[in-house]
Amino acid sequence: MSLLDVQNLTVEFGRADQPFRAVDALSFSVEPGEILGIVGESGSGKSVTQLALMGLIEEPGRVRADRLVFDGKDLLTLPASEKRKILGCDIAMIFQDALTSLNPAFTVGYQLEETLKLHAGLRGAALHARALELLELVEIPAAKSRLRAFPHQLSGGMCQRVMIAMAIACNPKLLIADEPTTALDVTVQAQIMELLVNLQKQQGMALILITHDLAVVAEVAHRVAVMYAGQLVESNRVPTLFEQPHHPYTEALLASIPEHSKGAARLSTLAGVVPGQYDRPKGCLLSPRCAYANERCIREVPGVDDIGQAQVRCFMPLNTQAPGFSMGSNSESAV
Amino acid sequence: MFQFIFRRFLVVVPTFIGVTLLAFALIHMIPGDPVLILVGERRLDPVFYQQALHRLGLDMPLWQQYLVYLSKLVRLDLGNSIVTHEPVLREFLTLFPATLELSFCALLFAIVVGLPAGILAAVKRGKPTDHVVMGGALAGYSMPIFWWGLILIMVFSVYLGWTPVSGRISLEFDIPPVTGLMLIDTLLSGDEGAFASAVSHLILPSIVLGTIPLAVIARMTRSSMLEVLREDYVRTARAKGLSPARVVLVHALRNALMPVVTIIGLQVGTLLAGAVLTETIFSWPGIGKWLIDSISRRDYPVVQSGILLVATMIIGVNLLVDVLYGVINPRVRHAK
Amino acid sequence: MPSEPAMNTSLPLDLESIDSSSVPPSPLREIWTSFSASRGALIAAAFFLLLVISAILAPWIAPYAPAEQFRDFFLTPPAWAHGGSVRFLLGTDEVGRDILSRLLHGARLSLMIGLVSVLISLIPGVALGLAAAFYPRFAGTAIMRAIDIMMALPSLLLAVAVVAVLGPGLVNTMIAIAIVSLPSYVRLARASAMSELPRDYVVASRLAGAGQLRLMFNTVLPNCMAPIIVQATLGFSSAILDAAALGFLGLGAQPPMPEWGTMLASARDYIERAWWVVTMPGLAILLTVIALNLLGDGLRDALDPRLKKLA
Repeated sequence: MSLLDVQNLTVEFGRADQPFRAVDALSFSVEPGEILGIVGESGSGKSVTQLALMGLIEEPGRVRADRLVFDGKDLLTLPASEKRKILGCDIAMIFQDALTSLNPAFTVGYQLEETLKLHAGLRGAALHARALELLELVEIPAAKSRLRAFPHQLSGGMCQRVMIAMAIACNPKLLIADEPTTALDVTVQAQIMELLVNLQKQQGMALILITHDLAVVAEVAHRVAVMYAGQLVESNRVPTLFEQPHHPYTEALLASIPEHSKGAARLSTLAGVVPGQYDRPKGCLLSPRCAYANERCIREVPGVDDIGQAQVRCFMPLNTQAPGFSMGSNSESAV
Repeated sequence: MFQFIFRRFLVVVPTFIGVTLLAFALIHMIPGDPVLILVGERRLDPVFYQQALHRLGLDMPLWQQYLVYLSKLVRLDLGNSIVTHEPVLREFLTLFPATLELSFCALLFAIVVGLPAGILAAVKRGKPTDHVVMGGALAGYSMPIFWWGLILIMVFSVYLGWTPVSGRISLEFDIPPVTGLMLIDTLLSGDEGAFASAVSHLILPSIVLGTIPLAVIARMTRSSMLEVLREDYVRTARAKGLSPARVVLVHALRNALMPVVTIIGLQVGTLLAGAVLTETIFSWPGIGKWLIDSISRRDYPVVQSGILLVATMIIGVNLLVDVLYGVINPRVRHAK
Repeated sequence: MPSEPAMNTSLPLDLESIDSSSVPPSPLREIWTSFSASRGALIAAAFFLLLVISAILAPWIAPYAPAEQFRDFFLTPPAWAHGGSVRFLLGTDEVGRDILSRLLHGARLSLMIGLVSVLISLIPGVALGLAAAFYPRFAGTAIMRAIDIMMALPSLLLAVAVVAVLGPGLVNTMIAIAIVSLPSYVRLARASAMSELPRDYVVASRLAGAGQLRLMFNTVLPNCMAPIIVQATLGFSSAILDAAALGFLGLGAQPPMPEWGTMLASARDYIERAWWVVTMPGLAILLTVIALNLLGDGLRDALDPRLKKLA
């Protein structure tokens, strides 16, 4: 049984008659111990999805789903007090900007111990010991003195480590990492990713990694889901998606990686912009920018189909013939 | 820490000097002859005039007069009232406790009611509770408080007879002034019923004086809470599974309080201004009433020194608030 | 064998394929929409408009002259109360003057005081604030020091001090209130201007050869107007309150002028006997000030999109 099962999740904002769909009929699942990467441009709805999962979407946002089950518990019908027991304990989330995600008025130790007090029921010496242990686990040097520090006295990387410590404090079954390294220096990024992956292996927890860095996903994740304008466009196991993308958007994403333009005069891009609230196409959301779009694409919204291990939202998915037949910028075009 | 306090103090000094200049200049800006103004007569015999001119130091050049004025200030000599011939400073110190007590109770009322009201309105934003609280706050600071006092007197003192109409305590009690604060003095005196009388005399004036600060505090708390509730760290607190009460009252409030504390400090000015009106209505023997009476009596030394003292108090309180802010907000302390 | 990747926009952007049922609104429309979304602001605006019209037409629509005394009708209750008369809808005061007429004429006074004092403090205030922003080292420090000193006293007390110097009266009230309101415009204009100065469009104008004066008034000022407009509205309401307070203290408009605060001063003695003499003028002040504050709030929400989302 999947650890997390999401079906037909929709998150809307704005007026009821003219809503803005930040997340549109999204379905995905996460197995225990699995690393799922979610990639997409800014505004694709990746973060909103996770916030909706955690129940952190507030008015005027509206969350709907057919099914939202975590660890056997139905998140849609669970009473609020029960949900709060899971939050921070079995499901934890770390955010992009760690410095602003920590309360500036309290010390790091206070905020860390708060979680432990609430979910693990620790007190006194045991509490301090565990807090210290967690800080050392996330490889913060001079952990003991750091406990008394305020967030603004720490660097971005250290703040993120603190957030990770808070998140794993109770050995969560699922950790959601929303662009954990985007706000950090390049050198620190690699360290934090390595830390996350190591912790994931050690604790055996599932990890949802939201990022727009395809390279990281290729290296680290087991499966990946690609989102565009609030919809899932493709999901597949990791090596396969990168070798044989089924959706034109995935193909474009891969093509836009600078390494794939070696020898070319210009970097390849996908012209056009992600549709916002006021210019959503009637049919497939990618159709204005898609080179393969035809009449049907412009008129109808494609549903999500299964192709082997993958899901694709496209009327004419790519690479569906014999395996090994791949399309890319450097190979022969079959069109 | 001390460095921080000292730096803040330095900033205040030029403003204070400016205020002394203003107070000094006040007498000279009044149309008419300063000698006559300060002596309080319409006309003076030429001999007396010369004597007065010299005694008051008005025959010196202005800058010299200012220096003399400053030197007197340093010695805490603020002149004498034209009407009572008493030293202004002494009159001020006698009357100040009454205003202090009233202002304190008013501020307490404003905080105890305003803070929770603002938090409630923020948490229930957009709902009827929010509208009611904010509507009340709007009425509160749009209120002409001299009218509000009259209405409350009309309803509670005249029609219902629940509260007294004026003064600090019923005339039947004769309380020896120890601190000048009636609440404390009545307790010290051991006189039965005196304390209750003092309290009942404080109720309406405190409400009236505290109405505007209440409204301001409620509004400020609400808007500060709304801003803080949108912050990332509040989201983190929720993501940790903390109860809504803890998220609001511990994580959010702590950060939202900072601008509110500043506002509370700034209310001192409002309180002093309001005291002028409140004391007039309730015949409360404080410095507000003293100031107004002295203006109509043309008791200019009192006016001059009264304004100086009030301004000094406000500057002092603002300094205190600044320091307090540094205590609460670690970032301000560690900066620079 | 294309050397370019397979994706490009060879398909023309077909407008029909876009769901154009939602189009972003124009700025002016957005301001009006968000202003009118607040029912309170709309009601306030309507009330204020009504007040202004009544004030302007007061000499014609008021039943009687404000100073006209009816010897046989001292302290008549309002029309709906026992002993009242339809001749005097809101009753009469202690010398038999019709309260409704006095209130209407008092509206003229209050509105005039508000308008005049706002204007004569706004214009120099904004100019000084801009000067402080554009010349931070000389004018800036001097001006802000002076402002700090002025703000060391609460507005009513400063007004009282000014009136103590100048003497009581309507004109001196307006001057006092104007002086007292000046600092807030200076601070506001300076703060706004200082946040606009480093912006690219100012730099661009400067490079294009705009002189200081032009930069101040043509380039920067229009972008600072929003908070200034809001402050003017709120300043209007506090001018009315302060003028009434001064009137109440006997330092403002002198009797028999029908200024609302002055009316309350003489009403004090009649709390027990004639509640309407006390209630009516104060209600007039309260409603007017509430309306102005609501208007100011509505304007602030409409003009500042960032704040809009918060409140």
